[in-house]
Amino acid sequence: MYGFEALTFNIHGGYLEAIVRGHRSGLLTAADYNNLCQCETLDDIKMHLSATEYGPYLQNEPSPLHTTTIVEKCTLKLVDEYKHMLCQATEPLSTFLEYITYGHMIDNVVLIVTGTLHERDVQELLEKCHPLGMFDSIATLAVAQNMRELYRLVLVDTPLAPYFSECITSEDLDDMNIEIMRNTLYKAYLEDFYKFCQKLGGATAEIMSDLLAFEADRRAINITINSIGTELTRDDRRKLYSNFGLLYPYGHEELAACEDIDQVRAVMEKYPPYQTIFVRLSYGESQMLDKAFYEEEVKRLCLAFEQQFHYAVFFAYMRLREQEIRNLMWISECVAQNQKSRIHDSVVFTF
Amino acid sequence: MAGSSSWSRALMLISPYTFASIGIAISIGVSVLGAAWGIYITGSSLIGAAIKAPRITSKNLISVIFCEAVAIYGVIVAIILQTKLESVPESQIYAPESLRAGYAIFASGIIVGFANLFCGLCVGIIGSSCALSDAQNSTLFVKILVIEIFGSALGLFGVIVGIIMSSQATWPAKAA
Repeated sequence: MYGFEALTFNIHGGYLEAIVRGHRSGLLTAADYNNLCQCETLDDIKMHLSATEYGPYLQNEPSPLHTTTIVEKCTLKLVDEYKHMLCQATEPLSTFLEYITYGHMIDNVVLIVTGTLHERDVQELLEKCHPLGMFDSIATLAVAQNMRELYRLVLVDTPLAPYFSECITSEDLDDMNIEIMRNTLYKAYLEDFYKFCQKLGGATAEIMSDLLAFEADRRAINITINSIGTELTRDDRRKLYSNFGLLYPYGHEELAACEDIDQVRAVMEKYPPYQTIFVRLSYGESQMLDKAFYEEEVKRLCLAFEQQFHYAVFFAYMRLREQEIRNLMWISECVAQNQKSRIHDSVVFTF
Repeated sequence: MAGSSSWSRALMLISPYTFASIGIAISIGVSVLGAAWGIYITGSSLIGAAIKAPRITSKNLISVIFCEAVAIYGVIVAIILQTKLESVPESQIYAPESLRAGYAIFASGIIVGFANLFCGLCVGIIGSSCALSDAQNSTLFVKILVIEIFGSALGLFGVIVGIIMSSQATWPAKAA
């Protein structure tokens, strides 16, 4: 019953919730970002980061640093924290924490399949995979020729198996099919996660519904914009939208019929939260859309911490860390390429 | 005493000693339930938050102490109640005065037990939030402590009413 979580949540989740809130206090603040934005070299960045919680992870790196090393070590910190929480968690929190990583698993699968299609070496691809989305038989993905084999050989043993029912075909994999496969898998994953959260009920269901609905709507808008001008038909596009969220079902009908960005903007006028995002872009421009979406997402994720005794804080923390790692990557790239004027184009402050 | 319905007869034939003893059991048992519940709610959050912010441990033990006080109230009232439980001669067991005394002790036990249960819960939940917010921002601790003090007053109300209730539990005198 909603409202009485406080009585029993702490039995299984109290310790981990307190730990994740402790981790949240270690997220980089606006002052840290300002310091980092004024760095001249990557070594300066390393020095500033050593004063934050990333210190122990970066201090042993040898001096000619690369941006990929910085990003890799910061991701390693996130993975360590995640694994620590996962091994302390009991059901249903452990299932919830695992759901958070399925998105990365899907990305890894698509990365390896695409790389294999373009004749890259499997070991090199494995190093580029996100560590949170690794599973045991991931290397055998390189062997598969079409989707049916992909499923039968590798994916049937992974948690992604139930998401494949909609997209098993015997066609050979090519770039277009792989993108459709990625989006279909992600759609099934989001719907599954949504149903799981609804089953948990209470504050978790309410807050996660909002966060997942925003994610689903954002993906719908991105799919629409990215498929304008490609050979994806309206019906195929419609099939890639998730079955929940603010835009379901009427917004999806209208989005499926859009042919350019101004039409998308006109559709979004009817939905106040997204209208405020589109209003910040001038006509015909879509580069700042990503940043606007990230800012809105960060705002909603920070709000998830306002309430106690629910699981959405774990999801929010993971997403905020990932945003922070994206920020660090952007800052490092700008500093390494000496383009400091563009630094503020894509850094989203958390608080 | 003869009621026409069999249920009321059955209730009135239960010995007042039973009611009094159950009242004493509830007073201590349910109070301890409330205190324990409150302590684990606070304790689990406190342990987790203290990993990143070790300075909060000593101050936040106050929350645990407030919950513990609730159990102590329950013990005190149980001891007081059990001194009020006297023997009456067999002929007087179902006299109205005996029934009144038995019911008074039972009610006193329930009052104290349940007031302390909810007080312990309240203080525990506030203590958990207090530990988490103190870990983020140490100026919040004293303000949230004031809320806890109001919460722990609930247990005191229960104890006061329970003691007043039981003080008028007089069993009939030995002479029939």
